[in-house]
Order: sequence, then structure tokens, then C-alpha cells
Amino acid sequence: MRFTKDHEWVALDGDVATVGITAYAAEQLGDVVFVEVPEVGKVVKTGDGLAVVESVKAASDVYAPIAGEVVEANGALSDTPETVNHAPEGDGWFAKLKVADKAAVEALMDRDAYEAFLQTL
Amino acid sequence: MTDTAQADLKRTPLYDAHVALGARMVPFAGYAMPVQYKLGVMGEHKWTRENAGLFDVSHMGQARLRGVAPQAAFEEVVPGDIIGLKPGKQRYSMLLNKKGGIIDDLMVARPDADGLFVVVNGACKENDFKVIDAELAGQVTIERLENRALLALQGPKAAEVLAAHLPAAADMAFMDSAALTAFGVDAIVSRSGYTGEDGYEISVPAEAAEAVWSLLLSDERVRPIGLGARDSLRLEAGLPLYGHDCDETTSPVEAALTFALSKRRREAGDFPGAARVRTELAGELSRVRVGLKVLEGAPAREGAEIADQGGAVVGVITSGGFSPCLGQAIAMGYVPPALAAAGTALKVIVRGKPQAAEVVAMPFVPNRYHRKA
Repeated sequence: MRFTKDHEWVALDGDVATVGITAYAAEQLGDVVFVEVPEVGKVVKTGDGLAVVESVKAASDVYAPIAGEVVEANGALSDTPETVNHAPEGDGWFAKLKVADKAAVEALMDRDAYEAFLQTL
Repeated sequence: MTDTAQADLKRTPLYDAHVALGARMVPFAGYAMPVQYKLGVMGEHKWTRENAGLFDVSHMGQARLRGVAPQAAFEEVVPGDIIGLKPGKQRYSMLLNKKGGIIDDLMVARPDADGLFVVVNGACKENDFKVIDAELAGQVTIERLENRALLALQGPKAAEVLAAHLPAAADMAFMDSAALTAFGVDAIVSRSGYTGEDGYEISVPAEAAEAVWSLLLSDERVRPIGLGARDSLRLEAGLPLYGHDCDETTSPVEAALTFALSKRRREAGDFPGAARVRTELAGELSRVRVGLKVLEGAPAREGAEIADQGGAVVGVITSGGFSPCLGQAIAMGYVPPALAAAGTALKVIVRGKPQAAEVVAMPFVPNRYHRKA
């Protein structure tokens, strides 16, 4: 699993990357009440909006940590958005992207580097 | 935010107490304020509806207005019946500009014989008192009570909690106000708040604030509540947030605050912007604040457009979010009066997508004020 400074995680399986937000991000957001996931087929560049996650108080964009085409979205979150709080780095994933540049994933922070980054916040 | 910006923020007398409780502090009205504590917005919201929540609202502007006839004088800047405000009573009113726009909304009270006690919004207080001073120069003197903190204790258990420390509080009714000794200090207590619940607002000297805060929190029925839940609570209660749901361009009629227009004052037309208000009350109204339930999709938040069934944009959301008590998205916004009736089907446009919404009567969640029978 790799991480970004925007608190997204990416898990690569072959050329498909699963994307979600970290436990730290989920804790910062508070209770998630709505998630908007992308449509299958959407093509995103690194940094494009990929999903929107909403708490009682605010809407927050989730950015694509990697370029790719959406091949699957986590539709279950429309009925159970709280899964993002309960299992942010598991069942609370947002989308799976087919990626061309796998090296770009490897270039992101590993868990140790991300944990160290959190210490600086 | 940078450390420099953080350092520029003012602190209430309870700043250290918030930090010690693990609050997340954010800038609000020029102050570092707790947006939430460890319980989180959802938990704090529900706690307040079921138990008692304690809020630090010391950023708000407290003042005494004194003069030969401060009640009559104050009527020059607000549309309410202030002359008729009896000792021991508080009233909701608004500072209006000459065009009938709302400069701020406020509470005005007569807790004792010492003139008027006024509480205004924190973000507006500097301008408010400048306006009052300019308009009422020679008639009233303003004493800003910057050395006082303001706490709000809100929720169905607030009364029994406060009665343990202040038995007289039990005899107060909604919108009663009293200057008395509480917690061993001189306090101004009103049975009011901005959550839709029964509760109190308690003004105490700054140096006593932390002791009063800690004492109330030592009751297991009481939890500290941040600005996040304060906002979702007032939204459910249908109460407008100044600067969002009303501002200097909106009139009391547009903002659906006509209850705060005194009949005597309306007939006399003797308040700022009275001509506009009269015209609007006669039917020449282009927009009015309504409540909306969002029936599908994402919460509609401030700035989202409101469209009619044909897709034409007819208004805008001024505040909105997720209602923890209803489990669905709710909002306030402005629409033409023809589309303001409860049950009217509308659309809210969130991130480009039209979503079904419906006009509903406010409050969204029934209020539980302690009114005298």
C-alpha cells in the first residue's frame, strides 16, 4: 500500500489500483454521511477529483493519487457511507483504477514514510 | 493555516480548557474556537438533543446600553417592541440598515434595572456597536462587556443540571433573563439558546469562566459541544445563521423573521427600512427563506442553486448539511414566494447534478423551549 500527502492510499494488484482514504483522514473528517464515487469509465489524471466524501459539516474532495481509468466504484458506500469510518483502509475504498504507470504508484510514500509525514502535521 | 495566522486569533477565557479537552480548534469570528471535541460533530449533536451540551460562546459581543430612556432609543435601530420589553425578559431582534437590510441579529434583555443587556454575533460585534454608537449618540452609552464569558447549556437535561447549582433557574421560562448571583459570581442568566432545545445562556466574569465550565462539565449529563454541532443543531431548529442565511441585503420579511417585527412598530413604520418592509408585507416580495429537505443524493450546501421542476434556477441554498436527527440532508435557501409553500417540489443542484428536494415547514426538528403555560 502506498500513500499521498492528501491522505489517500493506493493498493496495486496487477495493473489495477484500489484507492481510498487513510484512517487518519477518516478520523479527521468525522462521521461520513455521504460518498459520491466516480462512474466506471471515467478517466482521471493525477490530482483530478475522484470522489467526494461528506461529513455532517462539510464536503471534501478525494483526489486521484494516480492517473487511470475507473474500472470499478464502491457502490455499497451509497447505502453505508459509515464504512469509510469503520474500515477506511479496507471495505471503505472508493474506486479501482486501471493504471498505465505502475512506477508512479511505487514512487508514492510507503507506510513508514507516511507515518513519519503524519508526525510532522 | 500558518502559525502566524493562528497567533493572530483571539482566545476566549476557555481556550486552555478546550485544548485540555482535546478540542480541534479553528478560526471563527477572529477567535480560535472549538469546532468539535473528541465525541465528534454527530455525537455532540445527538448528545445535546438527548442530554445537555455545554458551549463556549464567549466570542459573542455582550454589552450594556444605558441612558435616560435606552429602550425607546434602541427602537431607532431595531424593528421590535423594546419599550414593551418587561423587566426580566429577553427578546430576539435585528439591527437594520436604512434599506431594511439586516446588519446583525441579536438578543436584547432587561435582566435588571441597569439599562439593556445586548448580545450580538461575534463576527459582527465591532461594526454593530459602531452603528449603535453612531445612531444613538447622546441617547445611550455602550459598555462593552469584554471581560465576561458566555456559556450556553442546552438540551432536555439542561434545566435539572443547572437547577442543582442555581435553584432559581428552574422557575425561569423561555426568554426570561435575570441578573443574579450564580456560582458565587455576578451572572446574567437567560433561558434561551440557539439549538431549538430548552436551555440557558450564562454570562459570567472571565476569571470565573473556567471554574463554571468545569463545574458544569463535572455533571455526567453534560458534554462539551463544538461549533460544528452548534451549526447542525441550529439548522435543524430552523434558525438562521447571520452572514449566511441573512445579511445586509436581506430584509426581515425575506429572511422569514416577521415574528420579530412588532405590530406597533409596523403600523407606525418607525424603524430603519420600514417602507421596504411594509411593501414586502403587502405582497411585493421577490424571495423568502424556506426550509428544504433534500430527497436524494448529496447534501446541498451553501451556494448550491435551487431550480424549479423545469430546471430554471429560482434561488440559492444559504446553509445546508446532514441532519443527524432526521438522517437526511436538509437546507435553508431563498426562493420566490410562489414556490415557498410547504410541499413544493424543487431541485437542488449539487456539483452540476439536479436532485429532488421539497419545501418543508421549519423547524425541521420540533423545538422544545420551556414556555410558560
